[in-house]
Amino acid sequence: MDLKDKLLSSFIAFENNVDLDHPVHEVRSEAIKNFETKGFPSKKDEAWKYTSLNNIQKVDFSVFPKEENTLDYKDIKKYFLHEIDTYKIVFIDGVYSSYLSETTHDGVDVCLMSAAFSKPMYRQIIELYFNKVASKDESLTTLNTAFSKEGAYIYIPKNKAPRKPIQIIHFATGNEAALMLQPRNLVVVEENAEVQIIERHQSLTSNEVFTNSVTEIFAAKDAIVDYYKVQNDRDNASLIDNTYISQKNSSIVRVHTFSFGGKLTRNNLNFYQNGERIDSVLKGVTILGEKQHVDHHTLVHHAQPNCESHQDYKGIFGEKSTGVFNGKIIVDKIAQKTNAFQQNNNILISDKATINTKPQLEIFADDVKCSHGCTIGQLDEDALFYLQSRGIPKKEAVALLMYAFANNVLESVRIPELKTRINKIIANKLGVRVGFEL
Amino acid sequence: MLEIKNLHASVEDKEILKGINLQVNAGEVHAIMGPNGSGKSTLASVIAGKEEFEINKGSVFLEGEDLEELAPEERAHKGIFLSFQYPVEIPGVTVTNFMKTAINESRKARGLEDMPANQMLKQIREKSELLEIDRKFLSRSLNEGFSGGEKKRNEIFQMAMLEPKLAILDETDSGLDIDALRIVANGVNKLRGKDNAIIVITHYQRLLEHIIPDFVHVLHDGKIVKSGTKELALELEEKGYDWLKQESVV
Repeated sequence: MDLKDKLLSSFIAFENNVDLDHPVHEVRSEAIKNFETKGFPSKKDEAWKYTSLNNIQKVDFSVFPKEENTLDYKDIKKYFLHEIDTYKIVFIDGVYSSYLSETTHDGVDVCLMSAAFSKPMYRQIIELYFNKVASKDESLTTLNTAFSKEGAYIYIPKNKAPRKPIQIIHFATGNEAALMLQPRNLVVVEENAEVQIIERHQSLTSNEVFTNSVTEIFAAKDAIVDYYKVQNDRDNASLIDNTYISQKNSSIVRVHTFSFGGKLTRNNLNFYQNGERIDSVLKGVTILGEKQHVDHHTLVHHAQPNCESHQDYKGIFGEKSTGVFNGKIIVDKIAQKTNAFQQNNNILISDKATINTKPQLEIFADDVKCSHGCTIGQLDEDALFYLQSRGIPKKEAVALLMYAFANNVLESVRIPELKTRINKIIANKLGVRVGFEL
Repeated sequence: MLEIKNLHASVEDKEILKGINLQVNAGEVHAIMGPNGSGKSTLASVIAGKEEFEINKGSVFLEGEDLEELAPEERAHKGIFLSFQYPVEIPGVTVTNFMKTAINESRKARGLEDMPANQMLKQIREKSELLEIDRKFLSRSLNEGFSGGEKKRNEIFQMAMLEPKLAILDETDSGLDIDALRIVANGVNKLRGKDNAIIVITHYQRLLEHIIPDFVHVLHDGKIVKSGTKELALELEEKGYDWLKQESVV
């Protein structure tokens, strides 16, 4: 049985474990129909030309976690940003781990989707926001919607901000030979509220893991959202991250994606601007080696006047790694005075590494500023000679230049300890001691 | 200190240096002058070890050691410093961090520990004052957005920090106004000593009014066609290079 058939037949079993009378179930039923029609995307789909899910579909994944597993905090501490105090929503093999988590209902809600789905007090928010910005026809998103049951639920009321950042971490223990996970997150940030979120997926063994995640983020007027995705997983782990963001007037949403590992990673990052004076920021650092593959597909839809978007993705590709960047910007006819900027710069440090980069601009307004630039290059030989001539050995000089290349993407990281951590990961990835304080 | 014997060098199969002989002793300042395209910058790059230049014949020795097989960083560790005509902009690396890395890598190559942070800061302060460099400048990205004069001052600041045995100043005077020229020359003169040597590559005589050379050589078409004392520079200023070109043909 292939994975699609397995998922379709599993949906019947899934229905035995959820409340069929809840309005959300109607959404799920619609979604599974869409997935049944469309199935997994193939290379014939333009958006999936360079990323193949064929191998994933051959694996016999367990689609329901069987039991609650436990982990010792000291063994997994390093995957947390433990240098600072944070709220934590932790899942082990898809099951919420209360003893590793720290949730809150103190003025803000930092808890679980399963709770938000089942408790009457959350029903109004769920009805207002659940599946309202996520695509209703993109097949992997609808697959996730069909099985949506668990994930992070974050609600920040008007004028509030949680006391500390929130970490969402998914661990895969390898208790199953192959495990498929479908977390579903909902983040609602009301007027003039603020939140900082760090998300990470981490496999702990060499058993296969496939995660198809959907996150919906709603930023109301004047809200500020910082979302950091740390993708540094093992080589048996594949991730499809579908993130949908809806922004209202004068809100700021910044998403940073740090892609340093994993077998196959696909980021579908979609911004919808539904108001004026909005700022959307999309930043990415990708450093790959071996046969790793990362595909960034971004969309910024400018639907109202006087808004901005800033995209800056940097990639360093070694060995046989492959990268894809596809940045789509749509500017509607009424979205005058839009400023949309997009940069994608790449360095190939191996003859066998490849990158496919493509800007895709659809501009229907006439009074706009849009710029885009893609570069693919090797390291600047003159810069290398300059550093070497000052006594810096070639290997360190190369690292310093690559570090400098990726560095400016980190400037907008607003959690200093996270910035330091990412800097250290970059230095480790480059395999050298950079001779100064990171 | 430096001995160049019958040096022939080429880039992309084009021969640029066609038999250079030069002896520079400790404590000396040599000026190398010559028209555009005569091979002055190539000579500087070959001594510093830039890979795109190939030595076809002859040798370069520093304190008796043949440099040919040494990487640029190894030459730097042995005390060679090149002040670039066009310093490279490196966004994302601050002047201070760059200097710390360069100094500690050189120390590591000599088997020394990292320089203690307070000593490093003291040196950076002293040397930046010598070159009248603003403190804010030190936390900026290396050469990024620097004016021509700032770049050159930054080069000499690096020279002051690294204390090389042999410094080669490639067109350090170009792009400098008269005040910056005085500051840079003053910085270089402070670094002159009986144990080190300096090669000043320049187009014009005006830098040599501030950094007074012991010897002046004229490079033309990849060869040194005339050598003399500082008076030769004045003669060149007055008469241009044409008379030498004719002389070399004869």
